[in-house]
Amino acid sequence: MPGFALLFLLAGLGLIAWLSARARAVVLGKGEGLRLHSVPAYHGWYVALWALVPALLFLAIWQMIAPGLVTDSVLSSPAAAALPADAMSRSAILEEARALASGELAGAFNPQSESLAPAFASAGRYYGWMGTALALLLAFAGGAFAWTRLRRDFRARNKVERVVMIVLLTASLIAILTTLGIVLSLLFESLRFFSRVSPLEFLFGLTWSPQTAIRADQAGSSGAFGAVPLFWGTIFIGAIIAMIVAIPLGLMSAIYLTQYAHKTARALLKPMLEMLAGIPTVVYGYFAALTLAPWVRSLGVALGIPSSSESALAAGLVMGVMIIPFVSSMADDSIAAVPQSMRDGSLALGATTSETIRKVLVPAALPGVVGGVLLAVSRAIGETMIVVMAAGLAANLTANPFDSVTTVTAQIVQLLTGDQEFDSAKTLAAFALGLVLFLITLLLNVVALRVVKKYREAYE
Amino acid sequence: MDGLTVDPTPTDWGSNDMRKRIARRYRSEKRFRAVGFAAIATSVGFLAFLLITMMSNGLAGFVETRIEVPIDFPKSSLFLDPASLKGDGARAALAAADIEGSVAEAAEARFGPGGANLVSEAAWLRVRDLIAENPALLEGKSIFSLPVSGDFDLAAKGDAPPPVEARYARLKSEGAISRGFNFGFMSGSDATDPAAVGIWGAFKGSLLTMIVTIVLAFPIGVFSALYLEEYAPRNRWTDLIEVSINNLAAVPSIIFGLLGLAVFLNFMHLPRSAPLVGGLTLALMTMPVIVIAGRNAIKSVPPSVRDAALGVGASPVQVVFHHVLPLALPGILTGTIIGMARALGETAPLLMIGMRAFIATPPGGISEPATVLPVQIFLWSDEVSHGFIEKTSAAIIVLLLFLLAMNGLAIYLRNKFERTW
Repeated sequence: MPGFALLFLLAGLGLIAWLSARARAVVLGKGEGLRLHSVPAYHGWYVALWALVPALLFLAIWQMIAPGLVTDSVLSSPAAAALPADAMSRSAILEEARALASGELAGAFNPQSESLAPAFASAGRYYGWMGTALALLLAFAGGAFAWTRLRRDFRARNKVERVVMIVLLTASLIAILTTLGIVLSLLFESLRFFSRVSPLEFLFGLTWSPQTAIRADQAGSSGAFGAVPLFWGTIFIGAIIAMIVAIPLGLMSAIYLTQYAHKTARALLKPMLEMLAGIPTVVYGYFAALTLAPWVRSLGVALGIPSSSESALAAGLVMGVMIIPFVSSMADDSIAAVPQSMRDGSLALGATTSETIRKVLVPAALPGVVGGVLLAVSRAIGETMIVVMAAGLAANLTANPFDSVTTVTAQIVQLLTGDQEFDSAKTLAAFALGLVLFLITLLLNVVALRVVKKYREAYE
Repeated sequence: MDGLTVDPTPTDWGSNDMRKRIARRYRSEKRFRAVGFAAIATSVGFLAFLLITMMSNGLAGFVETRIEVPIDFPKSSLFLDPASLKGDGARAALAAADIEGSVAEAAEARFGPGGANLVSEAAWLRVRDLIAENPALLEGKSIFSLPVSGDFDLAAKGDAPPPVEARYARLKSEGAISRGFNFGFMSGSDATDPAAVGIWGAFKGSLLTMIVTIVLAFPIGVFSALYLEEYAPRNRWTDLIEVSINNLAAVPSIIFGLLGLAVFLNFMHLPRSAPLVGGLTLALMTMPVIVIAGRNAIKSVPPSVRDAALGVGASPVQVVFHHVLPLALPGILTGTIIGMARALGETAPLLMIGMRAFIATPPGGISEPATVLPVQIFLWSDEVSHGFIEKTSAAIIVLLLFLLAMNGLAIYLRNKFERTW
């Protein structure tokens, strides 16, 4: 039976179970001085859950084991005796026959799969009906079992609530699973990478040219995986150029908005500043590549500095602008957390507003601002699209902002897009880079949060 | 206080020195304020400049140039019997006929050698659709208004080499050229000719991806927020969950792409380039945002509401699902919309899972190859052909309008339902 029809049928069964169990509970509760332990709807939910959950769990497991069962039964059929012993061509033929039987393929490339297709179709039908029958049986059995337990004093609500709690707990465990998935997949692939390239070469090598050659005798066929130019490029763009733009602009914007701006001006300017954070990075990247990069290049040429059309400066400037609202909101929070008494004291001594800000508020808020800047750096070095589109792919170890540099994220994209086998050192290198990126952003975040927390506590 | 002698004479504020000093301090105050204003003005000015650039580049992308091509079907080499276009065989008959050839032929006849290059390579599709609607067209000569090719379109914008411009001016004076709103851009998909591209395909891909994302991320996010805020015991496991969620919210998006590639594609063998995988990846990314927003919203429901419900005999689950959740829902929804807006603009993780293929038809379902709006923008921005600049900017305008609408909705929800207790 097709999947949707079966799910529909099961949903119908669940509804019937819910309605009938509820009606049954209403009947149970009738009578002088009699009272149900749980309201009728909980009895309904109890029976419906018993009817649906086992059947759905069974179907989920069946989905995983059924293809194996089908293949086994096809292999034991007489038509399979003629299959080649070689595992590779064997599985290719089986796969083709399966596709033929399910109608994904119109014609076969291999005549043998044509002869196997009917066997596949019949085995598929057989196990399909078997799964359907078992699922329906389970639904009825579960429903019937639950039905027999309905009584006036049955604690249906407690049972249903336990299921609700399990669902809530499972949902919150997904966060751990995701973290675990990230760490394990990055670690696993990185270990495979480090079994081919030494970690020392990766972390301290000065040449990055991952292009593995097609022929073994070609020059540079092994590829060079020294990631220092990438680390430098990432720091140069994300932590130096972008921060030179973002820290003064963000800090001064926050100071102006909180200390000077009129209320209406603030209500207008603050959302506009926040809009900068809402613009997709691909738009920033396009702007950097199309509009800013030519200007930066002609500026570089005018200054007599060697310039390329893709420059660290263009990418860094735009990234800095993207980070402004981030720095500004962190600075805003930390300045607001400085006790009013310090501000009042300074003003009462005769200091001007700007003197109060420079000599009292900012020094007092400095740990919070530093924490915010660290978070901003972590965001900047993880940013991908701007550098992919505007910074280029040449792994240069240069301090010239008009030259093209590349970053960790840009190289991950470069290594993993396009067609290549999954096992090559080139693709695995992307995971090693991802691991480094993950660890560094994690470290920055932990340190930043700790700084901010410690500072908040100081004033509480 | 050794060595510190206090001068008993009061400061003479009227003295010249002191006046100068005060004037200097006030000047510096003004300067500081001006610097602050300059900072915010620079930021906002950059935003305005970016939007204006995109607008001025992109608005032209919504306009198409059309050229009138007379096609005389009875005289052309097209072999297509109007009778065959009725009933079931119509599709096959149209597919078999060389309409593309006869359009090129008619263009060459009308505009001389090279005339076929003036019309868009997708123009014959429009002719085909018109014939399918009205087979009687095949019996006579009629004039079709067809989109021009990308190269010729540049002439309409004054951006082409002089000979092409001259040809354009001549045709225009003959009245063969008209301009109008580009409906094809709103209904088409990716193409190699910039004049023929559309965003509907990418838009539908975005829509399908967002549906998968919200179906997964919203319940999971809300459930874990409820668990952590209302039920979780204070122990090591709860701490671990909290740390994971806070860290996930700060992990760069490209790492989620690597996770999607390693787990969903290489381990679970889900289909490549599909909105299903894109949605799964973005759901993992959006979930922490929803959890954090949800927890704040739940936290702001006053304890008195819980106490009152418990006091009249509700169970802890009933308290949460009947009272706390409905009261916190506007806040949760606001956070969800903001998280979804971020996911809609996300590009890097989707590149990792292969949603960057050239897809010329809109996806039919969540397991079919698709691309999404931001990735489409990225792909077009890589094209060398000059005509793609305005199309890229036009797609950016559409994307920004959508994000603006989503954020506007979030602000509206917040203002309408925000309660202070």
